[in-house]
Amino acid sequence: MRNLFRKAKLLPLLAMIVTLGGCSSMGVEPWDRDLLAKSSMAINASPLDQSIDDHIYFSKEAASGGRSFAGGGCGCN
Amino acid sequence: MQLINKHNSLKNSANDSKRISLKSKLAIAATGLLSATATETIANEATDEGWYFSASVLAYSETDRVSAVEVIFNAETTIDETGKLNIKFVLDSLTGASANGAITQNTLQTFSRPSGNGQYNIAAGTTPLDDTFKDTRAQLNLSWSNLLSPESDYQYTLGTNISKEYDFQSISLSAELAKGFNQKNTTISGGFSVAAEEYNPKGSTPIGLTSMAIRDNYPTEDVYDLAFDATRGSTSEAINSAELLLGWTQVVNRSTLMQFNYGYADKSGYLTDPFKIVSVVNASGITQDYIYENRPESRTQHSLFGLVKKHLNESIIDFSYRFTSDDWEIDTHTLDLHWKLFADGGSFWEPHVRFYQQSAADFYSTYLDQSEEVPPFISADYRIGEMSSITLGLKYGFEVNKDQRAEVRLEYYRQTPKSVGTERVAGLENLDLYPELDAVYLQVNYYF
Repeated sequence: MRNLFRKAKLLPLLAMIVTLGGCSSMGVEPWDRDLLAKSSMAINASPLDQSIDDHIYFSKEAASGGRSFAGGGCGCN
Repeated sequence: MQLINKHNSLKNSANDSKRISLKSKLAIAATGLLSATATETIANEATDEGWYFSASVLAYSETDRVSAVEVIFNAETTIDETGKLNIKFVLDSLTGASANGAITQNTLQTFSRPSGNGQYNIAAGTTPLDDTFKDTRAQLNLSWSNLLSPESDYQYTLGTNISKEYDFQSISLSAELAKGFNQKNTTISGGFSVAAEEYNPKGSTPIGLTSMAIRDNYPTEDVYDLAFDATRGSTSEAINSAELLLGWTQVVNRSTLMQFNYGYADKSGYLTDPFKIVSVVNASGITQDYIYENRPESRTQHSLFGLVKKHLNESIIDFSYRFTSDDWEIDTHTLDLHWKLFADGGSFWEPHVRFYQQSAADFYSTYLDQSEEVPPFISADYRIGEMSSITLGLKYGFEVNKDQRAEVRLEYYRQTPKSVGTERVAGLENLDLYPELDAVYLQVNYYF
């Protein structure tokens, strides 16, 4: 029952992914990439901040990763 | 995981002779971390103008607990137009007090130091913290990415990470392959990472579930030493982990990007925290004993991550949601929002808010009732208990001159641990068993 409940929680995300099935119609022509080409629009625009946040949250919370590898690399306590 | 942006490598051509000199020196220092052959190759390929440096200094402080200082130095260069080498060096130093897992009491409590040398007292009504927490850590990351062949739609990334502190060391290797489709509007990626970690705590790791030996309870030092040694296990414990990360990045329109990741992480080995204990209490809530925590030797985590990034007229919204679930029964939800507001002269303000919530591990228990049987696994570490947290932050960035920019970031973090249910024994009602934790951190980034 608990497993069923847990799986149910994944449904909205699954639905979102299925909705994206039509992504081949999305996107822009190369000459329309002016905004996307900005460094601020990079997926990880602030790697220094990300590195520090990952380290802090890894040492204070039970979950890690998701955005990138969950990693580890410290015996933080 | 990232969209390829070749244009970034074309910016910032250096024309200040002093700055070139500094960059040259830093480039030589950075490549000094590599082998002689690699250094020669890079020196031949990369010019002064090809190196981009960034550095960060962090000051982190928790109320009455840990303080940390961290310095990051990052160097990146482009080789043969498409190859990108990134070298990152991190040094951090932590000091202060960390919760040992025991609960607050109405009387003074005495604990042995983790090494067995000496003991410490915690006043009545105070959360037990071990104040000998002190460590310095050095970390080196190397990453190399390139196209599989010129004009290829495939990009690979290889990475390694080495980290060393006084009683802990780790090494990891990762490989990732990304393919662009549909005029690079869609990027699919898959990556794999393996890591090996090792604990070597001073005084060896404790044997899980054994009682903490405390000097005051023994007539002589020798008798205490024997009792303490009987609680000690191995001088060295290992953790091995493997991870899989699948990603999908999609350009939606001229101003919007989306990303979805699925991650699978498997850890095995010594997942217990050697410094954490659990209070064993009687029916009146009075502590009778402390036992060392014990966690399962494997853990499997699944994660789903979704991000939307949208360029508005004068700002960028970056919103992400992450769900993780593991076989310790810890489910977590994280919402993260950054709003970058462009201001005059290349400067910007960026407010940040983050909400996090986790459920407790199935073997988490704030304390153990003396009348209950000792379970095979138990931990009172609030970090795997039920908990929520909020982060509020603000960043300001500005251009120092044509080629250099700086950022200052202030973040406030509050953790709120929660009770996993009604208390099973009397006498604990007036005690704060779930203290909140506040932390503030200030970070300065410099790009040159």
